[in-house]
Amino acid sequence: MAANSRESLHDAASATPREKTFSREVVVANSQGLHARPADLLAREARRWQSRIELVAESQRADGKSILEVLTLAAESGTRLVVEATGPDAREALEAIGSLFDRNFNEHAGSQNT
Amino acid sequence: MKFSDFVATTAIRSHVDADTKEGVIREMARALVDAGKILAADEESIIKAILKREDLGSTGIGRGVAVPHTKHPGVTRLVGTVAVSRGGVDFESLDGDPVQLFFLLVSPPDRPGDHLRALESISRQLRDDAFCKLLKAAKEPLDIQHLLEEADSHGVVS
Repeated sequence: MAANSRESLHDAASATPREKTFSREVVVANSQGLHARPADLLAREARRWQSRIELVAESQRADGKSILEVLTLAAESGTRLVVEATGPDAREALEAIGSLFDRNFNEHAGSQNT
Repeated sequence: MKFSDFVATTAIRSHVDADTKEGVIREMARALVDAGKILAADEESIIKAILKREDLGSTGIGRGVAVPHTKHPGVTRLVGTVAVSRGGVDFESLDGDPVQLFFLLVSPPDRPGDHLRALESISRQLRDDAFCKLLKAAKEPLDIQHLLEEADSHGVVS
């Protein structure tokens, strides 16, 4: 779009204002870690948004919209991750993803469900 | 964690006969019994527990792959096996596609970390399309075993 390309002339190296990245730290709180079911819930939620969603761990990044990528983090209980959302609905997406972590993916802390 | 750390090679199946979710899970559990990895006495309760877990949400994670699993006190270390279905099985997968490739895992109740690391190995390797394709095309269990060994020693570029 013309308007966007004009903006990008002024700010060629970084994203346009609509592409701003929002991030927040989350903690994997449930005792089983970020296993298949929460990874599924996370990827499903992430796919509802246009923004790019990434999970950043100490040594790697994962596409939040891919359950396979999320599982490669092998994030155990207590792991701190940073969720990054970039795109037109980044703020809302980040809130939705963050709330999944806040709610423990609807699992009890001591749940035996895997 | 490597595949060789949890995959019971003698329980690998390259052609499952079953064409239902429960049927495949039963065949794989039986393979683990035959391989001496789980007790026949635990077989039925392990199957029930895996099916109960599937009720919470399918472990069909997409790309024609499913990871049915449970915790069970009948094992003292993580055990698992791999099976391939020629025709594919409706597993109520996340992407709706039939599943051809199954990794079944049974872990001790108090080792969530091992379970996570097994899921990590599986998902990391399965991001590679060629690896998935080769596994699904395996003609015999030995082919699958060799592919897993190759992934263990070289990793798959992705």
